[in-house]
Amino acid sequence: MYTFSSKLKTFSFALMILGLIGVAYGFLSTPSSVEDVKVMLQNSHDSHGEVAANHDVDTHVVEADAHGAEQTESAHSDDTHAEHAFHYLKNKPWSALYVALFFFFMISLGALAFYAIQHAAQAGWSVVLFRVMEGITAYLPVGAILLFVFFVLSSLHMNHLFVWMDPEVVAHDELIQNKAGYLNVPFFLIRAAIYMAGWVWYRQHSRKLTLAQDNATDISNYTKLFKRSAAFLVFFLVTESMMSWDWIMSLDPHWYSTLFGWYVFASMIVSAITTIALVSIYLKGKGYLEFVNNSHLHDLAKFMFGFSIFWTYLWFSQFMLIWYADIPEEVTYFVSRFNEYKIPFLGMLVLNFVFPLLVLMNSDFKRVNWFIVCTGIVILIGHYIDIYVMVMPATVGDQWFIGISEISSVLLVLGIFIYVVFTALSKAPLLAKGNPFIKESEQFHY
Amino acid sequence: MSSKVIQAMYNDDDILMDAVKEVRAAHYHIEEVYTPFPVHGLDKAMGLKGTRIAITAFMYGCVGFSFAVWMMNYMMIEQWPQDIGGKPSFSFFLNMPAFVPIMFELSVFFAAHLMVITFYMRSRLWPFKEAENPDPRTTDDMFVMEVAVDGNESDLVSFLEKTGTVEIKVTEKH
Repeated sequence: MYTFSSKLKTFSFALMILGLIGVAYGFLSTPSSVEDVKVMLQNSHDSHGEVAANHDVDTHVVEADAHGAEQTESAHSDDTHAEHAFHYLKNKPWSALYVALFFFFMISLGALAFYAIQHAAQAGWSVVLFRVMEGITAYLPVGAILLFVFFVLSSLHMNHLFVWMDPEVVAHDELIQNKAGYLNVPFFLIRAAIYMAGWVWYRQHSRKLTLAQDNATDISNYTKLFKRSAAFLVFFLVTESMMSWDWIMSLDPHWYSTLFGWYVFASMIVSAITTIALVSIYLKGKGYLEFVNNSHLHDLAKFMFGFSIFWTYLWFSQFMLIWYADIPEEVTYFVSRFNEYKIPFLGMLVLNFVFPLLVLMNSDFKRVNWFIVCTGIVILIGHYIDIYVMVMPATVGDQWFIGISEISSVLLVLGIFIYVVFTALSKAPLLAKGNPFIKESEQFHY
Repeated sequence: MSSKVIQAMYNDDDILMDAVKEVRAAHYHIEEVYTPFPVHGLDKAMGLKGTRIAITAFMYGCVGFSFAVWMMNYMMIEQWPQDIGGKPSFSFFLNMPAFVPIMFELSVFFAAHLMVITFYMRSRLWPFKEAENPDPRTTDDMFVMEVAVDGNESDLVSFLEKTGTVEIKVTEKH
């Protein structure tokens, strides 16, 4: 039995409190009106040079006199620019929270998919890690509630992340009108509820079955779990794909990509496996997993390596097909990312591909704990940035910045994640001893 | 020093593994072991060093990658930078996504083929090469351990007889 160390508990509470303060600060420091944004923009112009300031004053004077079409034009574009920036800045703390909520939810959902794959494939090596995976998926119900509340708030127009939820935008946008059969608020919420209910149901059910199997005399729970896992994988594949359209792709309702669901899945599964490896190494370091040997970690590291490359493959396939054909309606997605998000957009390729490729290629390195931990942290940061670059260009545009809102949102959700996961780990023995493959798994070596 | 070897035959890979461990513990020198199929852990029991072929494959892959980059840059950017369907041929990086499939395939091609050729050369395999197995049964169901005779021959034979061998042959080294 694992006991949740009070140190880690305090740490998770500290993260939550720190995160909460930062998130609150992020919401309070958004500008309250377009005028504020104008002042802010002007100040930033002033700091750039006096010429810009003079120009601004000139145009305002001319605007007041209503003289000269050219100048009023530029003043008008100043106004719309300020209004855009205002909406973006209003969205910024919401988007930061959304990226963090989705990121940790995705980790736990990916761990659930990996767990179901291990059951359906009757894998022999991973049985000793099942309780770790179950611990990580314990965040799933909590994360689902948080995300669902977020979606309800979005549909109540508390924020402006999903532009298709705004009737005024839809009224002037024929493209969105044509998608209104799918992209409408009630259907969106019903779909989200169905996905989440299905995932959470499988999670709770599988947990119940493995715990029952621990003290069972036959393997009926195990066979039931095998069948449920296979069925869940079918359900997951469909819902995961639709989830990625609903929750991420609909942020850019004018754009679509067919392999987007797979791409999100790749990000999900690699982050989940990395988290499984990190939690296992932590618990083993504390002496709770003496039946996990470095061959198990080697296998996890191989999965991290393989799925990192799989993620890159999908990233590149999506990017290259759109770049190559260069159809204007599709390519805007990458144009905005290339122009305004160059460093995170290209930097995540280094974090998610080049670094794991070079570090985890060597078989010996995959058995060294601190190598796995270092690469794991890099991979997790890389995939956070991946989600960031999926969400932010649609919601905050050129006003992005990884500042207090973003970091404290991550800290807040990380604190909840750690608290929930390690509480769940302390609820059950860390060895699923009823599983028929447990002997094979304990003796597994590569 | 004589050039004699003793060929001890076994009909089970578990017995062979135990025999290899005993012979090594008694400090006799195992020349070679012939098996019909890969025996898991035999290389460890014999104390053979790990292979470095993966390292060569990595280097060959780097060569292939560099070759592809050089080739595409030379042909598409330097030699005759035509406008083909509006693709930006001003610099390598502007047009790089279009070259990636070739860069990838050539890395794999070089890594795979040169590694296989390295394997053939290091293990001395080629067409019309004369087969080296000491007994045709080693390709079917027999395992043969060759131990060099160094000193007392009858001692070694009686030692090997106790390791579960089914047949022992003393031959000149070929």
